Amino acid sequence: MRYHFLMFPLLFSLFILSGCAPAPLRGTGDLGVVIERAAGSIQVVETTNRTRLGQVPGLGDLSHASVNYSRDERYAYVFGRDGGLTKVDLLKMRIEKRVMQSGNSIGGAISQDGRLVAVANYTPGGVKIFDSATLEQVADIPAIDQAGKPSKVVGLVDAPGNRFVFSLYDGGEIWLAELRDPAKPVLRKFANIGREPYDAMITADGRYYVAGLFGEDGLVLLDLWHPDDGVRRVLDGYGKGEQKLPVYKMPHLEGWAATGSELLVPAVGRHEVLVIDQNNWTEAGRIPVHGQPVFVVARPDNRQVWVNFAFPNNDTVQVIDVPSRTVVKTLKPGKAVLHLEFTPRGEHVWVSVRDDDRVAIYDSETFAKIGELPADKPSGIFFTPRAHRIGL
Amino acid sequence: MAGLLCAAIFFPGLTWADPPAAPAPARQAELLNLVRQDCGSCHGLRLEGGLGLPLTPQALGEKSPDALRETILHGRAGTPMPPWQPFLTEAEADWIVQMLLKGLP
Repeated sequence: MRYHFLMFPLLFSLFILSGCAPAPLRGTGDLGVVIERAAGSIQVVETTNRTRLGQVPGLGDLSHASVNYSRDERYAYVFGRDGGLTKVDLLKMRIEKRVMQSGNSIGGAISQDGRLVAVANYTPGGVKIFDSATLEQVADIPAIDQAGKPSKVVGLVDAPGNRFVFSLYDGGEIWLAELRDPAKPVLRKFANIGREPYDAMITADGRYYVAGLFGEDGLVLLDLWHPDDGVRRVLDGYGKGEQKLPVYKMPHLEGWAATGSELLVPAVGRHEVLVIDQNNWTEAGRIPVHGQPVFVVARPDNRQVWVNFAFPNNDTVQVIDVPSRTVVKTLKPGKAVLHLEFTPRGEHVWVSVRDDDRVAIYDSETFAKIGELPADKPSGIFFTPRAHRIGL
Repeated sequence: MAGLLCAAIFFPGLTWADPPAAPAPARQAELLNLVRQDCGSCHGLRLEGGLGLPLTPQALGEKSPDALRETILHGRAGTPMPPWQPFLTEAEADWIVQMLLKGLP
Protein backbone atom coordinates (compact mmCIF):
# COMPACT_ATOMS: atom_id res chain seq x y z
CA MET A 1 0.00 0.00 0.00
CA ARG A 2 2.74 2.35 0.98
CA TYR A 3 4.41 1.75 -2.38
CA HIS A 4 1.30 2.66 -4.31
CA PHE A 5 0.76 5.71 -2.18
CA LEU A 6 4.18 7.01 -3.21
CA MET A 7 4.02 5.99 -6.82
CA PHE A 8 0.74 7.61 -7.66
CA PRO A 9 1.83 11.26 -7.34
CA LEU A 10 4.99 10.45 -9.25
CA LEU A 11 3.14 8.86 -12.13
CA PHE A 12 0.57 11.61 -12.05
CA SER A 13 3.21 14.33 -12.29
CA LEU A 14 4.89 12.49 -15.18
CA PHE A 15 1.54 12.41 -16.90
CA ILE A 16 1.10 16.15 -16.36
CA LEU A 17 4.66 16.88 -17.52
CA SER A 18 4.20 14.97 -20.72
CA GLY A 19 1.27 17.26 -21.44
CA CYS A 20 -1.20 14.63 -22.50
CA ALA A 21 -1.81 10.94 -22.65
CA PRO A 22 0.84 9.10 -24.68
CA ALA A 23 -0.04 8.66 -28.35
CA PRO A 24 -1.38 5.19 -29.04
CA LEU A 25 1.11 2.80 -30.60
CA ARG A 26 0.94 2.68 -34.36
CA GLY A 27 2.85 1.30 -37.32
CA THR A 28 4.20 3.38 -40.17
CA GLY A 29 3.37 1.27 -43.23
CA ASP A 30 0.42 3.44 -44.18
CA LEU A 31 2.18 6.75 -43.64
CA GLY A 32 3.56 9.16 -46.16
CA VAL A 33 4.88 12.64 -46.75
CA VAL A 34 3.52 15.46 -48.89
CA ILE A 35 6.08 18.11 -49.78
CA GLU A 36 4.90 21.70 -49.39
CA ARG A 37 7.51 23.14 -51.68
CA ALA A 38 7.15 26.87 -51.13
CA ALA A 39 6.56 26.79 -47.38
CA GLY A 40 9.52 24.47 -46.82
CA SER A 41 7.40 22.10 -44.79
CA ILE A 42 6.15 18.54 -45.09
CA GLN A 43 2.82 17.07 -44.15
CA VAL A 44 2.74 13.66 -42.56
CA VAL A 45 -0.31 11.80 -43.90
CA GLU A 46 -1.84 8.35 -43.54
CA THR A 47 -3.52 6.46 -46.34
CA THR A 48 -5.88 4.19 -44.39
CA ASN A 49 -8.34 6.90 -43.43
CA ARG A 50 -6.78 9.47 -45.74
CA THR A 51 -6.01 12.10 -43.16
CA ARG A 52 -3.27 14.53 -42.36
CA LEU A 53 -1.51 13.72 -39.10
CA GLY A 54 0.66 16.79 -38.81
CA GLN A 55 3.11 19.16 -40.35
CA VAL A 56 6.87 19.52 -39.93
CA PRO A 57 8.22 22.98 -40.88
CA GLY A 58 11.74 24.31 -41.28
CA LEU A 59 13.07 22.19 -44.14
CA GLY A 60 14.34 24.97 -46.42
CA ASP A 61 13.84 25.30 -50.20
CA LEU A 62 11.85 22.25 -51.19
CA SER A 63 11.52 22.87 -54.92
CA HIS A 64 12.31 19.52 -56.47
CA ALA A 65 12.46 17.91 -53.04
CA SER A 66 12.44 14.14 -52.77
CA VAL A 67 12.25 11.64 -49.95
CA ASN A 68 13.75 8.26 -49.07
CA TYR A 69 12.73 6.16 -46.09
CA SER A 70 14.68 4.26 -43.46
CA ARG A 71 14.11 0.53 -43.71
CA ASP A 72 12.03 0.57 -40.53
CA GLU A 73 9.77 3.11 -42.26
CA ARG A 74 9.98 5.44 -39.32
CA TYR A 75 12.28 8.13 -40.65
CA ALA A 76 12.00 10.21 -43.81
CA TYR A 77 15.16 11.63 -45.36
CA VAL A 78 14.14 14.82 -47.14
CA PHE A 79 16.46 16.21 -49.82
CA GLY A 80 16.00 19.94 -50.39
CA ARG A 81 17.06 22.07 -53.31
CA ASP A 82 19.19 24.25 -51.04
CA GLY A 83 21.46 21.36 -50.09
CA GLY A 84 19.62 20.60 -46.87
CA LEU A 85 19.34 16.96 -45.80
CA THR A 86 16.77 16.45 -43.07
CA LYS A 87 15.91 13.32 -41.14
CA VAL A 88 12.31 13.50 -39.94
CA ASP A 89 10.72 11.22 -37.36
CA LEU A 90 7.29 10.38 -38.77
CA LEU A 91 5.90 9.20 -35.45
CA LYS A 92 7.02 12.15 -33.35
CA MET A 93 6.56 14.44 -36.33
CA ARG A 94 9.67 16.40 -35.70
CA ILE A 95 13.10 16.96 -37.18
CA GLU A 96 15.56 14.43 -35.80
CA LYS A 97 18.64 15.85 -37.51
CA ARG A 98 19.35 18.35 -40.25
CA VAL A 99 22.57 19.18 -42.12
CA MET A 100 23.34 21.62 -44.92
CA GLN A 101 25.50 19.37 -47.02
CA SER A 102 25.97 21.40 -50.22
CA GLY A 103 24.87 24.58 -51.95
CA ASN A 104 22.38 22.96 -54.27
CA SER A 105 21.13 19.41 -54.46
CA ILE A 106 18.73 17.39 -56.57
CA GLY A 107 17.91 14.13 -54.80
CA GLY A 108 19.13 11.17 -52.87
CA ALA A 109 19.10 7.45 -52.29
CA ILE A 110 19.41 5.01 -49.40
CA SER A 111 21.73 2.01 -49.52
CA GLN A 112 20.70 -1.63 -49.68
CA ASP A 113 21.66 -2.15 -46.03
CA GLY A 114 19.92 1.04 -44.95
CA ARG A 115 23.02 2.42 -43.29
CA LEU A 116 24.01 5.01 -45.87
CA VAL A 117 22.20 7.95 -47.38
CA ALA A 118 23.63 9.42 -50.58
CA VAL A 119 22.86 12.89 -51.93
CA ALA A 120 23.28 14.06 -55.53
CA ASN A 121 24.50 17.63 -55.78
CA TYR A 122 24.60 20.35 -58.40
CA THR A 123 26.83 22.84 -56.55
CA PRO A 124 29.49 21.69 -56.02
CA GLY A 125 28.65 18.73 -58.21
CA GLY A 126 29.12 15.28 -56.78
CA VAL A 127 27.71 12.76 -54.34
CA LYS A 128 28.08 12.88 -50.59
CA ILE A 129 27.43 9.87 -48.43
CA PHE A 130 26.07 10.08 -44.88
CA ASP A 131 25.53 7.71 -42.01
CA SER A 132 21.75 7.25 -41.99
CA ALA A 133 21.61 7.18 -38.19
CA THR A 134 23.64 10.29 -37.40
CA LEU A 135 23.83 12.14 -40.75
CA GLU A 136 27.58 12.35 -40.30
CA GLN A 137 29.39 12.49 -43.60
CA VAL A 138 31.30 9.30 -44.36
CA ALA A 139 32.40 9.89 -47.97
CA ASP A 140 32.60 12.61 -50.60
CA ILE A 141 32.70 11.82 -54.31
CA PRO A 142 33.33 14.98 -56.39
CA ALA A 143 32.01 14.58 -59.92
CA ILE A 144 34.97 15.61 -62.03
CA ASP A 145 34.50 14.28 -65.55
CA GLN A 146 37.17 12.91 -67.89
CA ALA A 147 37.88 16.38 -69.21
CA GLY A 148 38.61 17.53 -65.65
CA LYS A 149 35.45 19.62 -65.36
CA PRO A 150 33.00 19.54 -62.47
CA SER A 151 29.56 18.24 -63.30
CA LYS A 152 26.07 18.33 -61.84
CA VAL A 153 24.93 14.92 -60.69
CA VAL A 154 21.48 13.49 -61.55
CA GLY A 155 19.73 10.14 -61.54
CA LEU A 156 21.19 8.83 -58.27
CA VAL A 157 19.78 5.45 -57.24
CA ASP A 158 20.76 2.57 -55.00
CA ALA A 159 21.64 -0.82 -56.43
CA PRO A 160 22.22 -4.27 -54.94
CA GLY A 161 25.72 -4.81 -53.49
CA ASN A 162 25.51 -1.62 -51.44
CA ARG A 163 26.15 0.35 -54.56
CA PHE A 164 24.95 3.70 -55.82
CA VAL A 165 24.66 4.60 -59.49
CA PHE A 166 24.44 8.14 -60.83
CA SER A 167 24.93 10.24 -63.95
CA LEU A 168 26.99 13.35 -64.70
CA TYR A 169 24.72 15.84 -66.47
CA ASP A 170 27.44 18.10 -67.86
CA GLY A 171 30.05 15.39 -68.33
CA GLY A 172 27.87 12.75 -69.97
CA GLU A 173 29.08 9.90 -67.78
CA ILE A 174 27.59 7.17 -65.59
CA TRP A 175 29.39 6.27 -62.36
CA LEU A 176 28.98 3.18 -60.25
CA ALA A 177 30.08 3.54 -56.61
CA GLU A 178 30.45 0.46 -54.45
CA LEU A 179 30.39 1.18 -50.72
CA ARG A 180 31.11 -2.06 -48.95
CA ASP A 181 33.63 0.02 -47.03
CA PRO A 182 31.73 3.32 -46.78
CA ALA A 183 34.88 5.35 -46.18
CA LYS A 184 36.49 4.02 -49.35
CA PRO A 185 34.06 4.09 -52.25
CA VAL A 186 35.21 2.02 -55.21
CA LEU A 187 34.30 3.88 -58.39
CA ARG A 188 33.74 2.58 -61.85
CA LYS A 189 33.16 5.18 -64.57
CA PHE A 190 31.47 4.93 -67.94
CA ALA A 191 32.34 7.92 -70.15
CA ASN A 192 30.94 9.27 -73.41
CA ILE A 193 27.47 7.90 -72.78
CA GLY A 194 25.71 10.74 -74.63
CA ARG A 195 24.83 14.39 -74.08
CA GLU A 196 23.11 15.66 -70.96
CA PRO A 197 21.68 12.69 -69.09
CA TYR A 198 18.90 14.47 -67.17
CA ASP A 199 17.57 11.70 -64.93
CA ALA A 200 17.74 7.95 -64.58
CA MET A 201 15.96 4.98 -63.07
CA ILE A 202 16.78 1.46 -62.09
CA THR A 203 14.46 -1.46 -62.78
CA ALA A 204 12.67 -2.91 -59.76
CA ASP A 205 14.99 -5.93 -59.70
CA GLY A 206 18.00 -3.61 -59.46
CA ARG A 207 19.57 -4.93 -62.62
CA TYR A 208 19.20 -2.27 -65.33
CA TYR A 209 20.14 1.37 -64.91
CA VAL A 210 18.58 3.51 -67.61
CA ALA A 211 19.44 7.18 -68.11
CA GLY A 212 17.45 9.54 -70.31
CA LEU A 213 19.33 12.02 -72.47
CA PHE A 214 18.21 15.60 -72.92
CA GLY A 215 20.87 16.60 -75.44
CA GLU A 216 20.14 13.69 -77.77
CA ASP A 217 17.17 11.51 -78.68
CA GLY A 218 17.81 8.36 -76.77
CA LEU A 219 18.37 6.49 -73.56
CA VAL A 220 21.43 4.78 -72.15
CA LEU A 221 21.38 1.33 -70.58
CA LEU A 222 23.82 -0.18 -68.11
CA ASP A 223 23.34 -3.83 -67.16
CA LEU A 224 24.62 -4.07 -63.58
CA TRP A 225 24.91 -7.83 -63.86
CA HIS A 226 27.41 -7.30 -66.69
CA PRO A 227 29.10 -3.96 -66.16
CA ASP A 228 32.09 -5.15 -68.20
CA ASP A 229 29.87 -4.95 -71.27
CA GLY A 230 29.69 -1.18 -70.79
CA VAL A 231 26.77 1.08 -71.66
CA ARG A 232 24.55 0.71 -74.64
CA ARG A 233 22.26 3.13 -76.44
CA VAL A 234 18.56 2.36 -76.43
CA LEU A 235 15.85 3.92 -78.58
CA ASP A 236 18.48 5.91 -80.41
CA GLY A 237 16.94 8.74 -82.41
CA TYR A 238 13.36 8.19 -81.26
CA GLY A 239 12.63 11.78 -82.27
CA LYS A 240 13.72 10.85 -85.81
CA GLY A 241 15.58 14.12 -86.16
CA GLU A 242 12.38 16.15 -85.81
CA GLN A 243 12.68 19.38 -83.89
CA LYS A 244 11.53 18.62 -80.38
CA LEU A 245 9.04 20.93 -78.70
CA PRO A 246 10.28 23.36 -76.08
CA VAL A 247 10.39 21.59 -72.75
CA TYR A 248 8.77 23.60 -69.94
CA LYS A 249 9.41 20.95 -67.32
CA MET A 250 12.03 18.24 -67.33
CA PRO A 251 10.54 14.75 -67.29
CA HIS A 252 11.29 12.59 -64.30
CA LEU A 253 12.41 9.06 -64.58
CA GLU A 254 12.10 7.97 -61.00
CA GLY A 255 8.55 6.92 -61.66
CA TRP A 256 9.26 5.21 -64.93
CA ALA A 257 6.86 2.41 -65.28
CA ALA A 258 8.18 -1.09 -65.58
CA THR A 259 5.28 -3.33 -66.38
CA GLY A 260 6.85 -6.75 -66.47
CA SER A 261 8.18 -7.09 -69.97
CA GLU A 262 7.77 -3.45 -70.97
CA LEU A 263 9.04 -0.10 -69.82
CA LEU A 264 6.91 2.97 -70.40
CA VAL A 265 8.92 6.17 -70.47
CA PRO A 266 8.25 9.84 -71.21
CA ALA A 267 9.45 11.11 -74.59
CA VAL A 268 11.39 14.37 -74.19
CA GLY A 269 9.80 17.25 -76.11
CA ARG A 270 7.04 15.10 -77.56
CA HIS A 271 3.42 14.38 -76.64
CA GLU A 272 4.15 10.68 -76.39
CA VAL A 273 4.85 7.89 -73.97
CA LEU A 274 7.39 5.45 -75.40
CA VAL A 275 7.06 1.71 -74.92
CA ILE A 276 10.29 -0.27 -74.68
CA ASP A 277 10.34 -4.05 -75.04
CA GLN A 278 12.57 -5.09 -72.16
CA ASN A 279 13.59 -8.35 -73.80
CA ASN A 280 15.57 -6.75 -76.58
CA TRP A 281 15.48 -3.08 -75.51
CA THR A 282 13.86 -1.89 -78.71
CA GLU A 283 10.89 0.39 -79.23
CA ALA A 284 7.67 -1.57 -79.01
CA GLY A 285 5.30 1.34 -79.58
CA ARG A 286 4.27 4.89 -78.83
CA ILE A 287 1.21 6.13 -77.08
CA PRO A 288 -0.03 9.62 -78.02
CA VAL A 289 -0.94 11.61 -74.92
CA HIS A 290 -2.26 15.04 -73.93
CA GLY A 291 1.08 16.82 -73.48
CA GLN A 292 4.72 16.27 -72.66
CA PRO A 293 4.77 13.58 -69.98
CA VAL A 294 6.55 14.35 -66.70
CA PHE A 295 5.79 11.36 -64.47
CA VAL A 296 4.79 8.02 -65.99
CA VAL A 297 3.80 5.85 -63.03
CA ALA A 298 2.57 2.26 -63.07
CA ARG A 299 -0.13 1.13 -60.67
CA PRO A 300 1.42 -1.56 -58.47
CA ASP A 301 -0.41 -4.30 -60.41
CA ASN A 302 1.03 -2.86 -63.68
CA ARG A 303 -2.37 -2.91 -65.37
CA GLN A 304 -2.55 0.88 -65.59
CA VAL A 305 -0.08 3.69 -66.04
CA TRP A 306 -0.92 7.21 -64.92
CA VAL A 307 0.73 10.21 -66.55
CA ASN A 308 0.96 13.91 -65.72
CA PHE A 309 2.21 16.65 -68.00
CA ALA A 310 4.50 19.66 -68.32
CA PHE A 311 3.34 23.26 -68.39
CA PRO A 312 1.06 24.41 -70.06
CA ASN A 313 -0.82 21.08 -70.08
CA ASN A 314 -0.33 20.49 -66.37
CA ASP A 315 -4.01 20.55 -65.39
CA THR A 316 -4.47 17.03 -66.72
CA VAL A 317 -3.77 13.43 -65.77
CA GLN A 318 -4.27 10.56 -68.20
CA VAL A 319 -4.66 6.87 -67.51
CA ILE A 320 -3.17 4.38 -69.97
CA ASP A 321 -4.51 0.84 -70.10
CA VAL A 322 -1.31 -1.17 -70.48
CA PRO A 323 -2.55 -4.23 -72.44
CA SER A 324 -4.29 -2.13 -75.10
CA ARG A 325 -1.80 0.77 -74.89
CA THR A 326 -4.63 3.28 -75.07
CA VAL A 327 -5.65 6.23 -72.95
CA VAL A 328 -8.81 5.13 -71.15
CA LYS A 329 -9.38 8.16 -68.96
CA THR A 330 -8.54 11.85 -68.93
CA LEU A 331 -8.89 13.64 -65.61
CA LYS A 332 -8.65 17.35 -64.81
CA PRO A 333 -7.55 17.41 -61.17
CA GLY A 334 -6.81 21.16 -61.23
CA LYS A 335 -4.13 23.73 -61.87
CA ALA A 336 -0.53 22.49 -61.94
CA VAL A 337 -0.54 18.77 -61.21
CA LEU A 338 3.00 18.01 -60.08
CA HIS A 339 3.13 14.44 -58.86
CA LEU A 340 1.15 11.28 -58.21
CA GLU A 341 1.66 8.35 -55.87
CA PHE A 342 -0.24 5.09 -55.52
CA THR A 343 -1.20 3.55 -52.20
CA PRO A 344 0.86 0.42 -51.53
CA ARG A 345 -1.41 -1.96 -53.42
CA GLY A 346 -2.76 0.60 -55.83
CA GLU A 347 -6.46 1.01 -55.01
CA HIS A 348 -6.05 4.78 -54.69
CA VAL A 349 -3.80 7.39 -56.19
CA TRP A 350 -2.91 10.69 -54.56
CA VAL A 351 -2.37 13.65 -56.87
CA SER A 352 -0.75 16.95 -55.86
CA VAL A 353 -2.38 20.04 -57.39
CA ARG A 354 0.07 22.82 -56.70
CA ASP A 355 -1.77 25.98 -57.68
CA ASP A 356 -5.04 24.83 -56.12
CA ASP A 357 -3.24 24.11 -52.82
CA ARG A 358 -4.64 20.63 -52.39
CA VAL A 359 -4.03 16.92 -52.81
CA ALA A 360 -6.77 15.06 -54.68
CA ILE A 361 -7.35 11.34 -54.08
CA TYR A 362 -8.82 9.08 -56.76
CA ASP A 363 -10.11 5.53 -56.86
CA SER A 364 -7.91 3.93 -59.51
CA GLU A 365 -10.63 1.52 -60.66
CA THR A 366 -13.63 3.84 -60.95
CA PHE A 367 -11.61 7.08 -61.42
CA ALA A 368 -13.96 8.76 -58.96
CA LYS A 369 -12.47 11.43 -56.74
CA ILE A 370 -12.89 10.09 -53.24
CA GLY A 371 -11.20 12.73 -51.18
CA GLU A 372 -9.15 15.85 -50.91
CA LEU A 373 -6.68 17.30 -48.42
CA PRO A 374 -5.53 20.92 -48.20
CA ALA A 375 -1.79 21.45 -48.70
CA ASP A 376 0.34 24.52 -49.31
CA LYS A 377 1.68 24.32 -52.89
CA PRO A 378 2.10 20.54 -52.74
CA SER A 379 4.64 18.81 -54.99
CA GLY A 380 6.07 15.35 -54.29
CA ILE A 381 4.02 12.69 -52.50
CA PHE A 382 5.98 9.77 -51.02
CA PHE A 383 4.50 6.79 -49.18
CA THR A 384 6.59 4.68 -46.81
CA PRO A 385 6.48 1.37 -48.77
CA ARG A 386 9.17 2.99 -50.93
CA ALA A 387 11.48 1.94 -48.08
CA HIS A 388 11.52 -1.59 -49.43
CA ARG A 389 11.82 -0.94 -53.13
CA ILE A 390 15.17 -0.87 -54.89
CA GLY A 391 15.78 2.49 -56.53
CA LEU A 392 13.19 4.44 -54.51
CA MET B 1 18.43 41.14 -82.04
CA ALA B 2 15.38 40.99 -84.30
CA GLY B 3 13.25 41.30 -81.20
CA LEU B 4 15.16 44.39 -80.15
CA LEU B 5 14.65 45.99 -83.55
CA CYS B 6 10.95 45.17 -83.44
CA ALA B 7 10.71 46.67 -80.02
CA ALA B 8 12.46 49.79 -81.24
CA ILE B 9 10.18 50.08 -84.28
CA PHE B 10 6.93 49.40 -82.52
CA PHE B 11 7.70 51.12 -79.26
CA PRO B 12 10.01 53.96 -80.28
CA GLY B 13 9.53 55.70 -76.95
CA LEU B 14 10.39 52.63 -74.93
CA THR B 15 13.74 52.83 -73.24
CA TRP B 16 14.91 51.59 -69.91
CA ALA B 17 14.65 55.10 -68.55
CA ASP B 18 10.88 54.61 -68.77
CA PRO B 19 9.78 51.56 -66.85
CA PRO B 20 7.52 49.35 -68.98
CA ALA B 21 3.81 49.51 -68.31
CA ALA B 22 3.13 47.19 -65.39
CA PRO B 23 0.61 44.40 -65.95
CA ALA B 24 -2.72 44.57 -64.12
CA PRO B 25 -2.52 43.40 -60.48
CA ALA B 26 -4.23 40.05 -61.10
CA ARG B 27 -1.85 39.31 -63.94
CA GLN B 28 1.11 40.39 -61.81
CA ALA B 29 0.14 37.76 -59.26
CA GLU B 30 -0.08 35.13 -62.02
CA LEU B 31 3.31 36.14 -63.40
CA LEU B 32 4.97 36.06 -59.99
CA ASN B 33 3.53 32.60 -59.39
CA LEU B 34 4.83 31.51 -62.80
CA VAL B 35 8.32 32.81 -62.03
CA ARG B 36 8.47 31.36 -58.53
CA GLN B 37 6.91 28.01 -59.32
CA ASP B 38 7.52 27.19 -62.98
CA CYS B 39 10.82 28.99 -63.52
CA GLY B 40 11.62 27.76 -60.02
CA SER B 41 11.43 24.15 -61.23
CA CYS B 42 14.82 24.62 -62.86
CA HIS B 43 16.13 27.81 -61.26
CA GLY B 44 15.09 26.99 -57.68
CA LEU B 45 12.15 28.40 -55.74
CA ARG B 46 14.48 30.99 -54.28
CA LEU B 47 15.93 31.45 -57.78
CA GLU B 48 19.33 30.50 -56.45
CA GLY B 49 19.86 28.09 -59.31
CA GLY B 50 19.45 24.41 -60.10
CA LEU B 51 19.65 22.88 -63.53
CA GLY B 52 19.27 26.52 -64.64
CA LEU B 53 21.48 29.38 -63.56
CA PRO B 54 20.73 31.50 -60.48
CA LEU B 55 18.38 34.44 -61.16
CA THR B 56 18.97 36.51 -58.04
CA PRO B 57 19.73 40.24 -58.41
CA GLN B 58 23.35 39.54 -57.48
CA ALA B 59 23.65 36.80 -60.11
CA LEU B 60 22.01 38.96 -62.81
CA GLY B 61 23.77 42.18 -61.86
CA GLU B 62 25.99 42.42 -64.94
CA LYS B 63 23.44 41.28 -67.50
CA SER B 64 21.56 43.68 -69.74
CA PRO B 65 17.78 43.82 -69.28
CA ASP B 66 17.23 43.53 -73.02
CA ALA B 67 19.28 40.34 -73.22
CA LEU B 68 17.37 38.91 -70.27
CA ARG B 69 14.05 39.68 -71.94
CA GLU B 70 15.25 38.01 -75.13
CA THR B 71 16.25 34.90 -73.18
CA ILE B 72 12.85 34.74 -71.48
CA LEU B 73 10.93 35.17 -74.73
CA HIS B 74 13.06 33.08 -77.05
CA GLY B 75 14.95 30.66 -74.81
CA ARG B 76 18.61 29.77 -75.20
CA ALA B 77 19.57 27.41 -77.99
CA GLY B 78 21.73 24.54 -76.86
CA THR B 79 20.39 24.66 -73.31
CA PRO B 80 17.14 23.40 -71.77
CA MET B 81 15.87 27.02 -71.44
CA PRO B 82 12.64 27.10 -73.49
CA PRO B 83 11.01 30.13 -75.15
CA TRP B 84 8.18 31.59 -73.04
CA GLN B 85 6.87 33.80 -75.83
CA PRO B 86 3.68 31.71 -76.29
CA PHE B 87 2.65 32.66 -72.76
CA LEU B 88 4.04 36.18 -72.29
CA THR B 89 3.87 39.56 -74.02
CA GLU B 90 7.05 41.56 -74.43
CA ALA B 91 5.84 44.03 -71.83
CA GLU B 92 5.23 41.17 -69.38
CA ALA B 93 8.71 39.81 -70.03
CA ASP B 94 10.13 43.29 -69.41
CA TRP B 95 8.21 43.49 -66.15
CA ILE B 96 9.55 40.08 -65.08
CA VAL B 97 13.09 41.23 -65.84
CA GLN B 98 12.55 44.33 -63.69
CA MET B 99 11.22 42.17 -60.88
CA LEU B 100 14.17 39.77 -61.10
CA LEU B 101 16.70 42.60 -61.08
CA LYS B 102 15.01 44.13 -58.06
CA GLY B 103 14.53 40.84 -56.27
CA LEU B 104 11.13 39.14 -56.24
CA PRO B 105 8.74 40.33 -53.53
